Amino acid sequence: MSQTATMTGSAPATGGNTATDPRGPRPKPFFTPKKIMIYTTLVFFTLYFLFPLYVMVVTSLKTMPEIRFGNIFALPSAPSFDAWVKAWTSACTGLTCNGLSPGFWNSVKITIPSTIVSIFIAAVNGYALVNWRFKGSEIFFAVLIFGSFIPYQVMLYPLVILTRSMGIFGTLQAVIVIHTIFGMPILTLLFRNYFASLPQELFKAARVDGAGFWRIFFEIMLPMSLPIFVVALILQITGIWNDFLFGVVFAGPQNYPMTVQLNNIVNSAQGTPEYNVNMAATVLTGLVPLIIYFVSGKLFVRGVAAGAVKG
Amino acid sequence: MQPSVSIKDLSLNFGNVKVLDRLNLDIAQGEFIVLLGPSGCGKSTLLNCIAGLLDVSDGQIFINGKNVTWEEPKDRGIGMVFQSYALYPQMTVERNLSFGLRVAGMPKDEINRRVARAAEILQIQPLLNRKPANLSGGQRQRVAIGRALVRDVDVFLFDEPLSNLDAKLRSDLRVEIKRLHARLKNTMIYVTHDQIEALTLADRIAIMKNGVIQQLADPHTIYNKPVNLYVAGFIGSPSMNFISGSLDGATFTADDGTKIPVGAYDFAAQRTGASKAVLGVRPEHILLGDAAQGMPFQTQAEIEIVEPMGSETLAWTKVAGIPVTFRCSSDIPLHAGDKVTVGFDIARGSLFDAKSENRL
Repeated sequence: MSQTATMTGSAPATGGNTATDPRGPRPKPFFTPKKIMIYTTLVFFTLYFLFPLYVMVVTSLKTMPEIRFGNIFALPSAPSFDAWVKAWTSACTGLTCNGLSPGFWNSVKITIPSTIVSIFIAAVNGYALVNWRFKGSEIFFAVLIFGSFIPYQVMLYPLVILTRSMGIFGTLQAVIVIHTIFGMPILTLLFRNYFASLPQELFKAARVDGAGFWRIFFEIMLPMSLPIFVVALILQITGIWNDFLFGVVFAGPQNYPMTVQLNNIVNSAQGTPEYNVNMAATVLTGLVPLIIYFVSGKLFVRGVAAGAVKG
Repeated sequence: MQPSVSIKDLSLNFGNVKVLDRLNLDIAQGEFIVLLGPSGCGKSTLLNCIAGLLDVSDGQIFINGKNVTWEEPKDRGIGMVFQSYALYPQMTVERNLSFGLRVAGMPKDEINRRVARAAEILQIQPLLNRKPANLSGGQRQRVAIGRALVRDVDVFLFDEPLSNLDAKLRSDLRVEIKRLHARLKNTMIYVTHDQIEALTLADRIAIMKNGVIQQLADPHTIYNKPVNLYVAGFIGSPSMNFISGSLDGATFTADDGTKIPVGAYDFAAQRTGASKAVLGVRPEHILLGDAAQGMPFQTQAEIEIVEPMGSETLAWTKVAGIPVTFRCSSDIPLHAGDKVTVGFDIARGSLFDAKSENRL
């Protein structure tokens, strides 16, 4: 529909005038070498990245005999969700055979509080660092940023000792605390830069109006920060959901997140590897970050657009 | 009567940079003071210190006789209007106006009464339910003024409130601010780099440079009797013509040897001996034709460029080898190349010591 409209709309510009007398909008031919290059590259890379996903989904819908046939690119002859059901409910993760579902709920229990706590603390940090400069605030910030350059593995053992002495090692609280700590540098940087980009006079006006630290934070700054909150949410949810290391170290076997249980399914040494179940389990685990990207991508654009309207 | 705002020996340093240097300023009740200066002269910094948004390095600030040097902004009895309006974007106009009152925990009907009064004064009643994003620049600035108004404060602080508006709106709102001051009779401290705003609004102007007040006086004195070369050059558009030379008794000798009698000039102090000096004459104090006849100094000059401004004409010429602008009625036909007689109104000119740059 719109295609034809543009065609007829631009027709007078291209054909109506003689070539020597340009007038109106410059004609924009659809096929130019540049456009062909761009679209070819885009299509190629899209296929390149989509292919593994295709293989996974297709394989997960096949039966084991069909998979052994070896034709990994072929569509399933009789698509079946049996492997998905098994992955969710009864695949063996180590000793227990309850599928991925307990791991899913563990991951939810880890991700939600970690995300909320870490984003809240980082937002307050960023706000304080920008608007309530205190003696040494720059040094504090530098140290915080420096923290993000230290490899996790270096801090792992000290943190195990720390959480053990706090009496929370091997519990949900431990993973939540650890995720909150490790989210701090990047999130604080994110919020600090965002708050620094807001007009300082807004903060001054609120001070003159008599609002204090929390009042300005909740009533003035937060309502203006939707875009950066969405960014932080995406970062934290996907990061924490995909985490393996902290989950396996700090959570304790009964709280293993989905990633750890997925690993246990896929790497189980006993019996023949059930590729269809493995594939289904992997897609299931990856589904949450995938949905987050799809949903929040839209929200994100809207958030940025809303933020662009200056007050 | 005690001053409304009193600043005593105020200093502010950012690291090694002295932004304000032992500054003293007394502002009377109901006075409209304009702090005028180029960017970076410390005028906004001074305003922020008065508001309590910046901690001072030394000195004291009194508002209505109370030492507020260590007080929070909200406890100083001030309202502030910012250049960027600084309206809270997610709140409606009404909630923008009432925010400060709600923070103070004022009863609802009192809030409503004050918001209604401010809206009436500023004629923004139809806008009360809109968000700032749906307002024009002029409307936003009105709301920003309203936010200071509802707080019922003694002192209004304006930080370049009109600089973000276009020329037409700026002159409209300028008049409105003047009307507002006439109606409310609050003390107002107004920061600007626009000399027209300063001259039109102020009871007294404080011209600042490098954190020091150069001259504090009413607009007439500032314009006609600038205390030093800096003030003389800063105020007035086009700016004052400066001719450097030397002064001996009542005769000023320009660098090219032209002798200009300055007996009509009102010297601040008795002088003896010769010294280097600068003669300053405003463009409108250079007269043309018949009017030039009575003047103590006349000379022939050739017009180089003519700039018709509508109500008047600016002409560029050379006197004593120095480019000089003068202003005359647009009724006088002037063309480039014309030879005219110009006369200097020395009595209304200014003489400065070349070394100290102070008025003689």
